[in-house]
Amino acid sequence: MSAMHDAPEALIRLAGITKVYGSGQAAFQALRGVDLSISAGEFVAVMGPSGSGKSTVMNILGCLDTPTSGSYEFQGVHVETMDRNQRALLRRHFLGFVFQGFNLLGRTSALENVELPLLYRGEPAAKRHAAARAALAQVGLDGWEDHTPAELSGGQQQRVAIARAIVTNPAVLLADEPTGNLDSQRSVEIMELLTELNRQRGITILMVTHEPDMAAYAHRQVHFVDGRVDSDARTPALEAGT
Amino acid sequence: MIWNTLLLALREIRRNLLRSFLTILGIVIGVAAVITMVTLGNGATQSISDQVSSLGSNLLMVRPGQRMGPGGSAGAPMFKLADVQAIATQVSGIKAVAPETRKAVSVVVGARNWSSVATGSTRDYFTAAGWTLSAGRIFTEAEARGGQAVCVIGATLQRELFGGGDPLGESMRVADFSCQVIGVLAAKGQSAFGSDQDDTIVMPIRTVQRRLTGDPDVRTILVSANDSNATEAVKVRVETLLRERRKIGANEDDNFNVLDTKQIAQTLSTTTRIMTTLLGAVAAVSLLVGGIGIMNIMLVSVTERTREIGIRLAIGALEHEVLLQFLIEAVVLSSLGGLIGVALATGASIGLSSLMSIPYLFDPGINLLSFGISALIGVVFGFFPARRAARLDPIDALRHE
Repeated sequence: MSAMHDAPEALIRLAGITKVYGSGQAAFQALRGVDLSISAGEFVAVMGPSGSGKSTVMNILGCLDTPTSGSYEFQGVHVETMDRNQRALLRRHFLGFVFQGFNLLGRTSALENVELPLLYRGEPAAKRHAAARAALAQVGLDGWEDHTPAELSGGQQQRVAIARAIVTNPAVLLADEPTGNLDSQRSVEIMELLTELNRQRGITILMVTHEPDMAAYAHRQVHFVDGRVDSDARTPALEAGT
Repeated sequence: MIWNTLLLALREIRRNLLRSFLTILGIVIGVAAVITMVTLGNGATQSISDQVSSLGSNLLMVRPGQRMGPGGSAGAPMFKLADVQAIATQVSGIKAVAPETRKAVSVVVGARNWSSVATGSTRDYFTAAGWTLSAGRIFTEAEARGGQAVCVIGATLQRELFGGGDPLGESMRVADFSCQVIGVLAAKGQSAFGSDQDDTIVMPIRTVQRRLTGDPDVRTILVSANDSNATEAVKVRVETLLRERRKIGANEDDNFNVLDTKQIAQTLSTTTRIMTTLLGAVAAVSLLVGGIGIMNIMLVSVTERTREIGIRLAIGALEHEVLLQFLIEAVVLSSLGGLIGVALATGASIGLSSLMSIPYLFDPGINLLSFGISALIGVVFGFFPARRAARLDPIDALRHE
């Protein structure tokens, strides 16, 4: 099993990643040497108590932050040496983000929210509309295109956010506590949607969560403690054959 | 991308309509003030040069004394008709030469009386001073030689003494003699100095000398040059001739002065132009203040929309794309202010220039310049907030509450 994680065709490979915030006396070491490999098509839950470094590692994986030391290869390309704009382009073309707080643009229709990443890719309007409608349909929001976030429920807003994340056909979907603001019924629906996207479209999903129920939907659970990977194992239920 | 950003900026402006309007108010007022000031100034300059040229075309005024004004002629000998004759025969490049002797008089017609000024001159006066007739005729050579009591009156006298009716052939009492009206001058309106040019009576100089002043002096000689470019040369020739005739030594100052009305026009135009520039500069300061207002609101807007910026950065917006978005928003705002300012200024200029009875002169240059500057202000004052937005850390921005 660990052989699979270290396979040369790994989509993401972290080696010896450390992250220090601040300097001198006030320095805080968030990550103390993280090694992690993720293959294409995996659904990984990242877990751990607050301050364990799981958010920091997600920010680094999402190319929003750079490690203090160590190497990060994305599809064999070294990310840790990239500058701000190179990382932005990498996010634009390969990554999709879903946040706990949905983070949709207010007073902007669902369709326009979903179109936003395509706008930055310079896609023509007709193509943007078609792709955004298809993405909204995939998350089950047919007919809600013209509604603004204020007119949508929390679960629907998160669906719009997921549609925005997948509209570009990303290689990896990074979800930071995607069910944190939702009740259990909506949470289950969102997790089923993510599972479906992973299974049908083969999108690699990295999800931070502190709820074991949600983590159970992932194939693999990585636990962080004190800035290190504490355990890394396949989800037992999955092996039992769901 | 630019087009999309433009739409985005317009949507953002519409979303906060009241705030957007208040933001651009400074620019609106600044642009409107600059254009209005300059337009009115141009109108005033035009009006002044029109009035000065109504004194007579290419006119030189020769007076005794070293300088113009009260006391300026003290001690200096007056001109005689022979001087006028000499200029007419010996100086080239002249269209007309006329003597002028003036006297304040009271005029009575029936029960009406009026204070005016009687000007004594020759037939050439009408050419030199640029007068045309609206009715009747000017005095004949014979009437002039004989010092007949005939007079040509200005439009103001026709109105005040004859109630606007036909005065030809009528008699009026000027000081202590009776004078027959033979002609009416076409109205010229106010002079550049604010006096009524139509409040005048013209009669043969002999008549004025004999019946009003009682001396053979000529107070002023009017010289009209053939060509507006020749006034300088004519002025020098007149000065040389008069120095000779008045026997002024090489080291002595002139005891007369020659005034070029073109110079007056230029001096007055220069003065109004300086005033226009100063007023425009004051107005430009308000444009600058308007720009600072835009920067202020854009900074607030960046802070308010930190999370939005975070989202954009997270999904892959490049630094310069976020910069461009905010910059375009600022430029769209300030250009909008400029456009409204131009419209406002056009209305205000037309209204005010008709109130001040000066011509309205549309100046495309100042309109384009002010509009251009308003757009430039958007770039300059929008850049700092836009750069702040573009340099936000996406993680911090997403966490921003």
